[in-house]
Amino acid sequence: MRIITGNDLKSGAVTWWTGYDWSLHVEDAVDAGDQAEAIMARETATCRVNNPYIIEGEKTADGVRPAHIKDRIRALGPTVRPDLTLKPADPEAREWVI
Amino acid sequence: MYRYDKYDQAMVDTRVEEFREQVRRRIEGKMDDDQFKPLRLKNGLYLQLHAYMLRVAVPYGTLNSAQMRTLADIARRYDRGYGHFTTRQNIQYNWIKLAEAPDILADLAEVEMHAIQTSGESIRNVSSDHYAGATADEVIDPRPWAEMLRQMTTFMPEFSYLPRKFKIAVIASAEDRVALRWHDFALRIVRNAAGEIGFEVFLGGGMGRTPFIAYRSREFLPANQIFSYLQAVLRVWNRHARRDNIHKQRMKILVHDLGQEEFTRQVEEAFQHFLSLGEDFPQAEYDRIAAYFEPPAFEQGLSDEIDLSDPAFAAWVKQQVVAHKAPGYAIANISLKPVGGIPGDISAEQMELVADLAERFSLDELRSTHAQNLVLPHVRKADLHTVWQALVSAGLADANLDLVTDVIACPGLDYCSLANARSIPVAQKIVERFADAGRQADIGELKIKVSGCINACGHHHAGNIGILGVDRKGSESYQLLLGGSGDEDTTQAKIAGPGFDEDGIVDAVERAVEHYRVIREGGERFIDTYRRVGMEGFKEAIYG
Ligand code: HEM
Ligand code: SF4
Repeated sequence: MRIITGNDLKSGAVTWWTGYDWSLHVEDAVDAGDQAEAIMARETATCRVNNPYIIEGEKTADGVRPAHIKDRIRALGPTVRPDLTLKPADPEAREWVI
Repeated sequence: MYRYDKYDQAMVDTRVEEFREQVRRRIEGKMDDDQFKPLRLKNGLYLQLHAYMLRVAVPYGTLNSAQMRTLADIARRYDRGYGHFTTRQNIQYNWIKLAEAPDILADLAEVEMHAIQTSGESIRNVSSDHYAGATADEVIDPRPWAEMLRQMTTFMPEFSYLPRKFKIAVIASAEDRVALRWHDFALRIVRNAAGEIGFEVFLGGGMGRTPFIAYRSREFLPANQIFSYLQAVLRVWNRHARRDNIHKQRMKILVHDLGQEEFTRQVEEAFQHFLSLGEDFPQAEYDRIAAYFEPPAFEQGLSDEIDLSDPAFAAWVKQQVVAHKAPGYAIANISLKPVGGIPGDISAEQMELVADLAERFSLDELRSTHAQNLVLPHVRKADLHTVWQALVSAGLADANLDLVTDVIACPGLDYCSLANARSIPVAQKIVERFADAGRQADIGELKIKVSGCINACGHHHAGNIGILGVDRKGSESYQLLLGGSGDEDTTQAKIAGPGFDEDGIVDAVERAVEHYRVIREGGERFIDTYRRVGMEGFKEAIYG
């Protein structure tokens, strides 16, 4: 699936296109399919999100996950500080991302 | 240390308000990121993996306790409770919000700090010896010169749109504690036969994709001609630089393309021109600045005795404490490399504790080092035990300066948007592998440096053992390099062979270290052994 990500303008937080808005949770990401380019162009113009780009993702048992490790780290948080991840309570946080 | 005068303060304050306005316009959608990016970079604000990252300048690595407390306060109020010291003596925050960045800069300005010159195509924050003003082996304190250069270059229009970043370092001793020759413009203060102060000048160093060690262009440049010389160097670079190709814009590439001889010739020619303009600083200005760096009032008649009956304290003193120029004083190094920690990271609470220690026990001074550690430069020997106990309670008392676990590592793929691979977990695994203090002591001096991509923020080219993260078909891979040094015997590390995965690289490091232990002679350090036997022997041990 093709998912769209970027960084929120005000906070810089990693954000995901949900089909109608942006979410901080990668689970909310939707397959933008062949609409991805058009959505990006429209969203770039509104200036809410920095540098939106399209990546490859997949639906897993845990939810939507980016294909590449870099975007998985972006999605979850640093692998070296589980307390700073999006799921600090999850003991698997570190393994989950890799 | 240097204190802002009213002009310095006004310039920094004005800059904060200017940025506040720019941020407001960006948030209101009146600028897009392409327009805004150069403005935020001029104020040290990057956009990284998880958030905005702010790089705060620590000029020549010197801080006082009030500044350190402000850094702690920023970590707590605007970030996630910690900061990260870098190989250029600066501090970075990883979780900054755009809307709050102007407030942070305003807080910094209150303690005479800023984030100017920490990014962009500028003359970057000048780095210097973290023992400056405290060590007996310096000709003079190099920091007044670092400060002169900072003042002369910060707002000079000609230097605000350079072809690329430009890094200056100044030291004043034979021992190199700043990785001098890895800078674009590297100065070592020396005295000539007549006893006059001047600079030994090195040009064109730098790491990154195409590493070069700076070459010596001048054995002795009279001190009062330094600004003319710097302008000459920048003029030649500006004139020829490859502004069309981002990979070829650094001055080191130009030096390489023109050749050292021709580059020097052109610099000397331009130098004569600038000399004739008579624009070097007036002596009174140097004296004014130097007055701020007068040695503090060291107490007289202090004892040099240290009670070493506590073995843990004795071990810390042996590794972390070095000689001070004043009787009864010592320089204490604080490790930011605990087992399980992130090299260079420090929590807000730890920053506050270190600030208290500096205030009470180190004449209000602190230093940051290019190896991502901290220094209390002026501690009475009689206070060392108290200082150590406080450090123990804060988890800052590791005794591993320059040992195998004193690993430098860039943020890598955990934080950096340019990275190919993670560097911190590799550093952590190496530190865990060699955690045993006895083994570390037996191995002795060994500098391991890890970068997550070719930009070399972790100084892998200068590592006795260097590690470089690369992308291998979409997954992380690590190359092993051997033989680098950022010390006075500067050398560039060489790639040993094919890369490894994360666990493989840790094993490979261990094999290299064990090979050294077997074949070393006398008191050889790892680097000495490597230089004696060369790559081949090590290669066999590593790859079998
Ligand atoms: C995560 C944010 C960072 C980014 C985006 C970043 C970016 C870069 C880039 C693009 C270069 C290559 C410059 C060139 O070759 O012209 C570079 C080099 C360098 N950076 Fe970083 N860096 C970051 C963090 C750090 C940190 C944490 C340190 C210190 C640990 C550091 C210290 C250096 C040093 C010493 C160099 C070598 C430059 C040279 O001598 O040529 N940087 N950085
Ligand atoms: S070396 Fe590469 S990965 Fe590491 S901080 Fe620098 S740019 Fe990022």
